[in-house]
Amino acid sequence: MSEPTSKLRVAIIGSGNIGTDLMYKVERSAVLEVAGVAGIDPNSDGLALAKQRGHPTTDQGLPDLLKKVDRIDLAFDATSARAHAAHAALLADHRIASVDLTPAALGPAVIPAVDLDENLDAADINLVTCGAQATVPIVAAVSRTAPVEYAEIVSTISSYSAGPGTRQNIDEFTISTARSLESVGRAVRGKAIILLNPADPPITMRNTVYLDVASIESEEASAAIERMVEEVAAYVPGYRLTAPPLVDDGRITVLLEVVGAGDYLPVYAGNLDIMTAAAIRVAERHALSVVVA
Amino acid sequence: MSSVRIIDTTVRDGSHSVAHQFTPEQVATVAKGLDEAGVWAVAVGHGDGLGAASRQYGFPAYPDEELISAASAVVQRARIAVALLPGIGTKRELELAREAGASVVRVSTVCTEADIGIQHLALARELGMEAHSHLNMASVADAKRFAEGGRIVSDAGSQAVYIVDSAGALLPDGVRARVNALREVLPPGVAIGMHAHNNLSLAVANSFAAVQEGATIVDVTLAGMGAGAGNCQMEPLVAILDRVGIDTGVDLWRAQDLADGYVRKELMPGPIDIDRFTGTLGYAGVPASFLLHTLRAGDRFSVDPRKIIVELGRRHAVVGQEDMIIDVAAALAAADAQ
Repeated sequence: MSEPTSKLRVAIIGSGNIGTDLMYKVERSAVLEVAGVAGIDPNSDGLALAKQRGHPTTDQGLPDLLKKVDRIDLAFDATSARAHAAHAALLADHRIASVDLTPAALGPAVIPAVDLDENLDAADINLVTCGAQATVPIVAAVSRTAPVEYAEIVSTISSYSAGPGTRQNIDEFTISTARSLESVGRAVRGKAIILLNPADPPITMRNTVYLDVASIESEEASAAIERMVEEVAAYVPGYRLTAPPLVDDGRITVLLEVVGAGDYLPVYAGNLDIMTAAAIRVAERHALSVVVA
Repeated sequence: MSSVRIIDTTVRDGSHSVAHQFTPEQVATVAKGLDEAGVWAVAVGHGDGLGAASRQYGFPAYPDEELISAASAVVQRARIAVALLPGIGTKRELELAREAGASVVRVSTVCTEADIGIQHLALARELGMEAHSHLNMASVADAKRFAEGGRIVSDAGSQAVYIVDSAGALLPDGVRARVNALREVLPPGVAIGMHAHNNLSLAVANSFAAVQEGATIVDVTLAGMGAGAGNCQMEPLVAILDRVGIDTGVDLWRAQDLADGYVRKELMPGPIDIDRFTGTLGYAGVPASFLLHTLRAGDRFSVDPRKIIVELGRRHAVVGQEDMIIDVAAALAAADAQ
């Protein structure tokens, strides 16, 4: 760990399931490395795992990690919306950009397959919600071909993968997802629905995208959607259509599922995997742009 | 003499059977008649609750606020109730419904997911509304786990907890067990309610069983009009409760006249009963609200709707997951084609 490195050094704030999954994914990346993991619970499994794997850790939160670790190029925040507001200010003081996996929504909404390039320099990259990550690419793909008058999405996730943050803030989830269908997906009007399914064994995350488009050729729409699915699958391997897009007189229905990579989180939790995979995509793009520079 | 509060949901749950196309005039006619008949509350709005105007559930002919206003303008005593399914509707829509005249909300979640409605219950109390909890898909959790949901919502300020048998799949013993399990965890001031569907021809029997065990609120509809094979029919339930000396405040003949003179003649799209499709919903444990969507998907993909329903049951689809109907129908059609 002591030899100099050209990899992008990423700090992980939050040692819960998401933070730990991020740690596994950073370890697997050829261009990233874990600078350290900050938690606030000395008994957290995530911190124990991080220590075991040789990463600098603290149970005193981000301020302590900043003292302990020399160089941090980028920070992933997998804590809570409230905590992220404090972290963002602290990171800005240290000129460290952050990728925000909480619902804080401070920075520009970023869906890597759609608008990462124009937002790569943002001090705070906001990954919106899992529902947005899974569905906005489809809306954007069709928008580039024909104006989308209305985009409605339904994300269904397993109860077992819905943390207290999602449960206590379900309105914020639907509202910020709907907004991103408009701001990033370029639909004139967006609506989002989120559902929890308690089946055991747990269901895989599934998403439905309904689009109203004034005029579009069926083949053209399907081709644009299928290309976009490939683009997202390049960084979320379990992202796929469950049926060919249904195009019917300007009304498009797209059925998708997201199977998780199973790094630390279970494979059914595609909703969490798509967030951590998107964060890794952002970081890797940062790493490459630093190398180019 | 003990008493039971009757909430009529003909122009809310019944909305499913007309693909949410009720007009303000129809809603006002029903609400006025129900008020005169003496029900405690009239539920109004899109079948899938506030904010459910969507491709997923269907776009209504009129927005919720117009229907709520139409009903609240004609009632003297009856309260106006609305449904809110967190994840579909938001606090904003609840505020609008309150402004339009709603004074009771049933915050509806899958029974195992009760905590997603905490913020909406809190808002309802803040707005001075009666805050009730519909714990739906009651058939997916056993009595003990079901009652856990009741504990969560009563801690959050809910004033009534309902056993909502969305699939019309519960048997009377299952209803009794859930009422008793709820009673054990709820403070004495929190009422227990029953909301039944008739897919297995048990809606009235299940509602009566719930009352016998101590439920004091029952959701009913005129002529049984409602999603799937319909809801608990008001007229026989009121008659039964009268026979055993339980006061509902409802004038039976007025309710019958409204059911036969208006609902059957002017409101119902056709007979609502137990046929091969609605019966399969109850058998497979699939939400009654899926009926029309399933028939449409069966048509579109040339698949027997019963096959779709049984597969939906196998995949444990819950209230709200109408999009899974398309998914399943497409998959069955693809399998058939091979």
